[in-house]
Amino acid sequence: NYIIGAFKPACNISITFSDGKTRKQVPLKKENGQTAMVPLFQSQENIAGKISIEPVQGKKVEHNGIKIELLGQIEMYFDRGNFYDFTSLVRELDVPGEIYERKTYPFEFSTVEMPYETYNGVNVRLRYVLKVTISRGYAGSIVEYQDFMVRNYTPPPSINTSIKMEVGIEDCLHIEFEYNKSKYHLKDVIIGKIYFLLVRIKIKNMDLEIRRRESTGSGANTHVETETLAKFELMDGAPVRGESIPIRLFLSPYELTPTHRNINNKFSVKYYLNLVLVDEEDRRYFKQQEVTIYRLADTS
Amino acid sequence: MISDAIEDEEKWLAEGIAGIQHNAFYMHRALDSNNLREALKYSAQLLSELRTSRLSPHKYYDLYMRAFDELRRLEMFFKDEDKHGCSVVDLYELVQHAGNILPRLYLLCTVGSVYIKSKEAPAKDVLKDLVEMCRGVQHPLRGLFLRSYLAQVSRDKLPDIGSEYEGDGDTVNDAVEFVLQNFAEMNKLWVRMQHQGPIMVKDKLEKERNELRDLVGKNLHVLSQIEGVDLEMYKDTVLPRVLEQVVNCKDELAQYYLMDCIIQVFPDEYHLQTLEILLGACPQLQPTVDVKTVLSQLMERLSNYAASSPEVLPEFLHVEAFTKLSSAIGKVIAAQVDMPIVGAITLYVSLLTFTLRVHPDRLDYVDQVLGACVKKLSGKAKLEDSKATKQVVALLSAPLEKYSDIVTALTLSNYPRVMDHLDNGTNKIMAMVIIQSIMKNNTRVSTAEKVEVLFELIKGLIKDLDGTPMHELDEEDFKEEQNSVARLIHMLYNDDPEEMLKIICTVRKHIMTGGSTRLPFTVPPLVFSALQLVRRLQGQDGDVAGEEDPATPKKIFQLLNQTIESLSSVPSPELALRLYLQCAEAANDCDVEPVAYEFFTQAFVLYEEEVADSKAQVTAIHLIIGTLQKMNVFGVENRDTLTHKATGYSAKLLKKPDQCRAVYACSHLFWVDDQDGIKDGERVLLCLKRSLRIANAAQQMANVTRGSSGPVTLFVEILNKYLYFFEKGNPQVTSAAIQGLVELIRTEMQNDTRTTDPASDAFFASTLRYIEFQKQKGGAMGEKYDPIK
Repeated sequence: NYIIGAFKPACNISITFSDGKTRKQVPLKKENGQTAMVPLFQSQENIAGKISIEPVQGKKVEHNGIKIELLGQIEMYFDRGNFYDFTSLVRELDVPGEIYERKTYPFEFSTVEMPYETYNGVNVRLRYVLKVTISRGYAGSIVEYQDFMVRNYTPPPSINTSIKMEVGIEDCLHIEFEYNKSKYHLKDVIIGKIYFLLVRIKIKNMDLEIRRRESTGSGANTHVETETLAKFELMDGAPVRGESIPIRLFLSPYELTPTHRNINNKFSVKYYLNLVLVDEEDRRYFKQQEVTIYRLADTS
Repeated sequence: MISDAIEDEEKWLAEGIAGIQHNAFYMHRALDSNNLREALKYSAQLLSELRTSRLSPHKYYDLYMRAFDELRRLEMFFKDEDKHGCSVVDLYELVQHAGNILPRLYLLCTVGSVYIKSKEAPAKDVLKDLVEMCRGVQHPLRGLFLRSYLAQVSRDKLPDIGSEYEGDGDTVNDAVEFVLQNFAEMNKLWVRMQHQGPIMVKDKLEKERNELRDLVGKNLHVLSQIEGVDLEMYKDTVLPRVLEQVVNCKDELAQYYLMDCIIQVFPDEYHLQTLEILLGACPQLQPTVDVKTVLSQLMERLSNYAASSPEVLPEFLHVEAFTKLSSAIGKVIAAQVDMPIVGAITLYVSLLTFTLRVHPDRLDYVDQVLGACVKKLSGKAKLEDSKATKQVVALLSAPLEKYSDIVTALTLSNYPRVMDHLDNGTNKIMAMVIIQSIMKNNTRVSTAEKVEVLFELIKGLIKDLDGTPMHELDEEDFKEEQNSVARLIHMLYNDDPEEMLKIICTVRKHIMTGGSTRLPFTVPPLVFSALQLVRRLQGQDGDVAGEEDPATPKKIFQLLNQTIESLSSVPSPELALRLYLQCAEAANDCDVEPVAYEFFTQAFVLYEEEVADSKAQVTAIHLIIGTLQKMNVFGVENRDTLTHKATGYSAKLLKKPDQCRAVYACSHLFWVDDQDGIKDGERVLLCLKRSLRIANAAQQMANVTRGSSGPVTLFVEILNKYLYFFEKGNPQVTSAAIQGLVELIRTEMQNDTRTTDPASDAFFASTLRYIEFQKQKGGAMGEKYDPIK
């Protein structure tokens, strides 16, 4: 197909990582909704590899210089296409000149500071990308991107107190609940119990919900989006006073991320445990508690 | 509306079943293709059908059983790690990801059972986790079924003694702990059911709850099946914990059922050793609980146990079973103020039955039970409640049956006191039972004291109790009763005459209070009993000499005289007369002329003054004649007086034939066919002739009044008398006289106006045949007869 061929870029750019064979690949959801496997990094790692530029057969590529950038970007969906770079590192790969045949450039960003994790939210996206630019004058630059993912691991917190609270509606319902920790890692199990001190309403059931609260923007422009990621039935039927109901909720089945607090003044992601009691008239009584989610290094 | 509800329920059940079948289909497919994820998904959906609240327990059970079958298949799949490639530990976590609690817990129990079987974790930990997690289901019906499922799948995996799951820190304690906990939770759910739903469907709820009780009771059954539950553990752990639940749940239905369950499922020897604990719980139950049935069951079991293995009896004594039961019953009765009297008595009946079976030798126990019963009854009016009365009868009958000897019962001081609380009718029935028991066992009551007690017991029969309305008495029943008393009197006997006399005196004292309707029944046996004693003394006279207050015939006769006199005051002269004659005969045999004479005098006085009916007179005079004929004690003077009287009365009877017969009977008075009997042939003949005259007169009267002469029967009868005395050798009776009489009869028979009577004809014919026969026989007698044609 010649017509398409005519608009083909003048060259193919490929980016490969030097440890690409051994590095862990994880799925990443792209803008177009497709999922691609991308390499996984964490902060302070060296990101090194090769760029290979291969001009289309029989053509030469004239350029004003070739560079590779490592970008950490935040994109707000209400402002789509407009990226805010919080990290930007550049390596010049070549001085202006011409490329006649396949040419390879090694690159390396060592101990890159990548404080934030890749995140795909409802209204915000944080991504890391390698961007190769072949600058040309009038013909327009040739650009190639390579996404990669960043996950940062946190050691278990030294202080991790339980959440214990007594709540109630006067003369109607008094409960005491307890979650064994206030900080959970992504594969953690929430253990706890609900103790009924007073029950004067006919409870139908009780659920524990995991809610994610994503807030974007700041000040008057703050936009908050809340999602219920898990709805886990804890109790069926009406308890009586003195009853104690166990909680055991495995977090692994749910697609959680670590808690993100005020990422670059752009957004926050917080998690809440919401205890919901529903009575026979479908009235809901609930109590929401924030828990911190963190990523624990895989021991395996 | 109700039928609509039922229809709806059917529909919901059908929907539930359809849902299960649908998901089961996909689950089977997933199982066949070893697809764990799908299998879990569809099994969870399948189990979601059990989340319904719309079915009654009965229908829910139907649904549950279908789900249960599917879970069995799933369990098989879980067991086979090769198929799904997931370790059981991971599987245990995986099933907990399910969002809905009910499917989650069913799956957890299913995997849990596989987990225990794999022995990758200590059984106790898994069991503990399961039983804890199940707390999440607080809905009574769903919770009960879930826990029942747990109990079912864990049954064969308890770390019992000798089980493969025992060891490594898993002990039978853990097994017991697990079952107890599950039991406690199930009981709570079950009890809570009653508080669900509006009041108006309470009955329905009760019914539904009742249908579910076996789910709860099953746990107790499982406990009883655990090998490791020995007596000690039962006593220290199992029973106290179970009872704690029972008492604390404060629910009537549950308490009753569970107490019964405890009694039924655990072994007898355990009950025996833990009586105190078990009984201690009874007063703490709700006042409405039917404790009496519970205790009755317990006592019945224990007594059966004692009966089946006599070697355990010492154990009963050792643990003081009786004392404990007795005090427990006392406490229960005290605690349950509202318990109807029938309940209390039922309890006592059970206790008594128990005592009789287990401690037949301890009469004091029996008496104690009766005493307690008296105490309960005291201060109350006579029993009105027919059920309660029935129970009292049962209470009183039990010792009789057991000891088959009324004498034993007579030593129970409280026995009559219990009887006092019966209404009159029942009192009588009870008295009859007592008498029948004596009869059946042929018991001899042999001391005056016992007789005294006995008559005190049956006083309902002996005399009118206050306020007995007379019309209430059925004639036939009354006769039956009094006949029984009469029979009873014959059962009172002692070989020692003196004691026997005392007995007679005692009886007399009692029956004299009986009043006019009873005396005719009760006096005769007493009289005969006394006469029997007289005869005994008569055989051994002389021995009595020297004793202070000997039982002499004389004394007895005095007594008899007074006794019979009482009869004549009531309108029973004929009976009195007969008895006088009996006494006279006895006196004759004892050779006490004055006494005999006195009796005869009394008899004649009665005849003169009281016997007015002509028929009765006939009978009486014949009796007098018969008795008098036997008398040999009288001197000539006395005898003459009496015979003269008798003959005189005979001739004064109203009807001629009666006169005739009585007079010829009198002939025997002058001819006693004994060695030294009186043989006054002349007066014999005089009598016979007189009777002949009367017969003639009768014949003529018949001719005049009816135009036909009466039958010749009288003549034939007289002829027979002639023949008798002829044969006996009375010189005054000659063959000529007989010949004359025969001729006379023949003439009479040819009389045209005579009415024929085949019987008298035949009588005459055979008399003639007899004469002929005697002639043919020859010998001395033949010669004597020869002149008669």
